[in-house]
Amino acid sequence: MDNAFGQPQTILLLGGTSDIGLAIVRALLSPVTRTVVLACRDRGRGEQVAVSLRDAGVQVDVVHFDGADTETHETVLSEVIATHGDIDVAILAFGQLGEGEATGRDVAAAVHLAHVNFTGAVSASVATANQLRRQGHGALVVLSSVAGERVRKANFVYGATKAGLDGFAQGLGDSLVGSGAKVLVVRPGFVHSAMTRGLPAAPFATTPDKVAEIAVAGLRSGRRTVWAPGILRYVFMVLRHVPGPIWRRLPLG
Amino acid sequence: MFTVSRSSLTGWGRTNPSVADVADVLAGELPSVLKEAGPRGVLVRGLGRSYGDAAQNGGGLVLRLLGSATDAVLDRDAGTVRVGAGASLDELLRILVPRGFFVPVTPGTRFVTIGGAIASDIHGKNHHVEGSFGNHVVRLSLQRADGSVAELSRHDDPELFWATIGGMGLTGIVVDATLRLLPIQSSRMAVDTHRITDLEALFATMAEGDEHHRYSVAWIDLNAKGRQLGRSVLSRGDHARADQLPASVAVHPLAYGPKQLVAVPPIVPRPGVLNHASIAAFNEFWFRKAPRQRLGELQTISSFFHPLDMVGSWPRFYGRPGLVQYQFVVPFGQEGTMRRVVERISASGAASFLAVLKRFGAGNDAPLSFPQPGWTLALDMPGGTTGLGELLHGLDTLVLDAGGRNYFAKDAHTVPETIRRGYPRLAEWQAVRRRADPLGMWQSDLGRRLRLADD
Repeated sequence: MDNAFGQPQTILLLGGTSDIGLAIVRALLSPVTRTVVLACRDRGRGEQVAVSLRDAGVQVDVVHFDGADTETHETVLSEVIATHGDIDVAILAFGQLGEGEATGRDVAAAVHLAHVNFTGAVSASVATANQLRRQGHGALVVLSSVAGERVRKANFVYGATKAGLDGFAQGLGDSLVGSGAKVLVVRPGFVHSAMTRGLPAAPFATTPDKVAEIAVAGLRSGRRTVWAPGILRYVFMVLRHVPGPIWRRLPLG
Repeated sequence: MFTVSRSSLTGWGRTNPSVADVADVLAGELPSVLKEAGPRGVLVRGLGRSYGDAAQNGGGLVLRLLGSATDAVLDRDAGTVRVGAGASLDELLRILVPRGFFVPVTPGTRFVTIGGAIASDIHGKNHHVEGSFGNHVVRLSLQRADGSVAELSRHDDPELFWATIGGMGLTGIVVDATLRLLPIQSSRMAVDTHRITDLEALFATMAEGDEHHRYSVAWIDLNAKGRQLGRSVLSRGDHARADQLPASVAVHPLAYGPKQLVAVPPIVPRPGVLNHASIAAFNEFWFRKAPRQRLGELQTISSFFHPLDMVGSWPRFYGRPGLVQYQFVVPFGQEGTMRRVVERISASGAASFLAVLKRFGAGNDAPLSFPQPGWTLALDMPGGTTGLGELLHGLDTLVLDAGGRNYFAKDAHTVPETIRRGYPRLAEWQAVRRRADPLGMWQSDLGRRLRLADD
């Protein structure tokens, strides 16, 4: 249960080594925080990440979780709940970027990316939302991307997965109205992180900490969607309506 | 048959909400209703005046006990009343006062139920003389998780009796109770008011004079700083005797008809209208309006005990972030700690609309009862104040180090460890609860947040 200041006791990070996900966890930490559950594919890396959180005085549990292995999602969720009780904030942060246009020419790679980023995210979100509904409170933070706002050719498979996930998460949030559970959709722009290392930065590039700050402010004020940085909302209001021939030529990285 | 509706519930501070299945039920329906309980358990809710999440049970069943004080049975000779737990002090006072009796303890609002008063073991301005609500409960009947109803008193299963008093509804549902009453000659209060310039003077004045009055409480201006730190208005009173009444009142000495003057509409600007400026202005006004000293003024029961009840739904003034109430007690001899708490709040600029200081007398046998001998301070702060969580966490440490503790009925912020330090008899209470409710039917958000049922 959150306290009166929206400070959670139990935080679940799906994609336990995600830079943005961890930045949101850190921004949520307070003296009230009891447990952080890092659910990730690579438990070894999860344990490395856990060290810094434990130094901050939090109990950290690293559990095995594979976004692609949808059959296991409900079991992982119910085990987390059996061990730690109610989840106050769950952050859905796993996902892959793919290899740009190359992924769009490789059937197996495209299907895999769609499976992890969309199917896996849908599966984990539904499993999480069912628990939040049962407990009558809690928030699910879904990391979407402006790449889904208008899909561009440079990473169109990735963009399409985020477009799908964004729409799904909006609808899930609507379906949860009245249940006590809520969904916050976070739409970051280009974020300097492990996922984008080596890529040229797009305009309005930001950092995981900035995204986290915006996400936490959004959670506390009851927003349903936030953009990071906020100006991207207006940028995309325009970009959405740019004619196709011009859109294809825009230097958007 | 009862109907269930899914509703979002908060405490009086309108902060952390959760959604539960809510149903109004008669006491007689409880055994069949309890069979419907799911894995999230059951909790009974009174009038929702606890500030935090004490009367919420997210995802579970929340029951409101029907029944009114009109069924109350007054025993004039014994000076007791037997009343259903769903009845409010408001209803009960309307029956008792015209008949020359008063409730043994009333908090700052009369809109609490008898069941809630027992579950929180509430206190009032007379704690230094007469202790908390539980001290005056002669017996009670408790709906247990297995469907049976237990008769509890100091002689019949005293362990469960005392675990239920202050037990926050986590031992069962109080169905009805018999309370010891106070005979009164009039419905007026004879009140002495003193304006006090600083905190040291307040401690001294209260320590000396409180014993001469049944009721005593001080309002402190927590916005005042420096030499004015702790400036306050001390108000002490007693029930007026018949011979103290002027002729106009003496005709109907027990007349009682409290009114709500105004209610705050549901639409208040999002950030609320109570902010640092408006709160500081109010406190300045409140201090200035008080006389330096006024003795023997006659006041009505509601203006002396329940001034905020005149404004319905007043927490709406705080807007969307709601308000957080913080109340703690520190033992006598820890005036220095109290001073440091007041200094920190004053320095933080976290405005407090109404802060009240009170001297507690002896505690009782209930393991989770809040009052213990010492000083208690209660204050309201806008929930949206930046850094308030950190401020209160720091204050918790000061309070615990001084041997004090927090009050469950007000809490919306603290952590399980704070409760374990502040309530050393928690394990004893947990053992009684396990015996009374081995399957853990009685659940609340507060109980889960503070891990009250866990070892």
